[in-house]
Amino acid sequence: MSEPNKLDRRDFVKVVVVFVGTTITACVGIPAIGYLLSPALAVQKKEAWIPLGPLENYPIGTPTLVSFTRTTINGWEKTVNSYGVYVVRSDETNYKVLSNMCTHLSCRVTWNEDRDIYICPCHDGHFAIDGQVVYGPPPAPLKEFETKVEEGVLYIHFMEGA
Amino acid sequence: MAAKVFTWLDERLGLTTIYFTVLDRKVPKVNWWFTLGSASLFLFVMQVVTGIFLTVYYVPSPDHAYDSIQYIMNNVAFGWLIRGIHHWGATLMVIFVFIHMLRTFYFAAYKYPREITWLTGVILLLATLGMGFTGYLLPWNQRAYWATTVGTEIPGTAPFIGDFIIRILRGGSDLSAVTLARFFSVHIWFLPAIILLLIGIHLYLIIRLGISSVPKKED
Repeated sequence: MSEPNKLDRRDFVKVVVVFVGTTITACVGIPAIGYLLSPALAVQKKEAWIPLGPLENYPIGTPTLVSFTRTTINGWEKTVNSYGVYVVRSDETNYKVLSNMCTHLSCRVTWNEDRDIYICPCHDGHFAIDGQVVYGPPPAPLKEFETKVEEGVLYIHFMEGA
Repeated sequence: MAAKVFTWLDERLGLTTIYFTVLDRKVPKVNWWFTLGSASLFLFVMQVVTGIFLTVYYVPSPDHAYDSIQYIMNNVAFGWLIRGIHHWGATLMVIFVFIHMLRTFYFAAYKYPREITWLTGVILLLATLGMGFTGYLLPWNQRAYWATTVGTEIPGTAPFIGDFIIRILRGGSDLSAVTLARFFSVHIWFLPAIILLLIGIHLYLIIRLGISSVPKKED
């Protein structure tokens, strides 16, 4: 007969089994989950000022596509991604730089000279010259880059994963 | 509630019967040498689990094999642990399976009616060595490359068919990307499938026939 406050043999075994079981599960489970998730959790902040050449080279009134590539290391390999931006000059002093990535599902838009809009080929989203949505499914205007001009050269502030 | 669920399942799946036939078998009084089979099985399960995890990042191509393993070791959380267990587990498994074979031999446990258990065990031992041999190439480092060069050259010394055997093992006359790919395939598909099938037969026979007792002086 065991006293009410004392742990009897049966309960002691239960406690030990639960404790050891939990410890083993944690020892095996945490490394397993960490192993699978770790590349996903490694956030690479990609940030740089990208030079796009002298601002005066860009025509006024017509959006001009500029391409550049960024190299990042993913796993054991270098991944080269190419990006496109539209430099839009409305006059001598005012300009903006827009991403060519459609805000709907990330297809790339192209400037249509005849219709004066950017058209996304995937779901027929239309954007005005300043990036505002004029037609179709895109939920937001084209992303605008932060810019600066140093010694006549146009730079955009490129950020990804931030 | 839990008891009700269990009874419901037990009635349909026969869980109690499985428990009594598989785990609650009558066994003779034996010693620690008789645990090596279970130890080998445990190690095999460990190898399967860690091996599956390694395939998440490992790429069996000369361009990527070495780098992907460096990535596992240095950049993936606990990658060193998973690969370490796979590495040491492999060595331990060869040792345990081999001593298990010796125990069976010296205790004469291979005799009637357990001949088929023995035969499947022999193939299991060979398959385990095959796993070691094919797995050794996968890191694609100098040691792996030259070990496999030598290892495939040895059967090549066989008269008449030697060259043919080398070409089959390597998938051509040289150690190449083809060799790496086929070693990988054999390592993760062919041999594990064979081992699983044979372990099934091996265990079925152990449960069906029971284990042999330690031989006595008069045996």
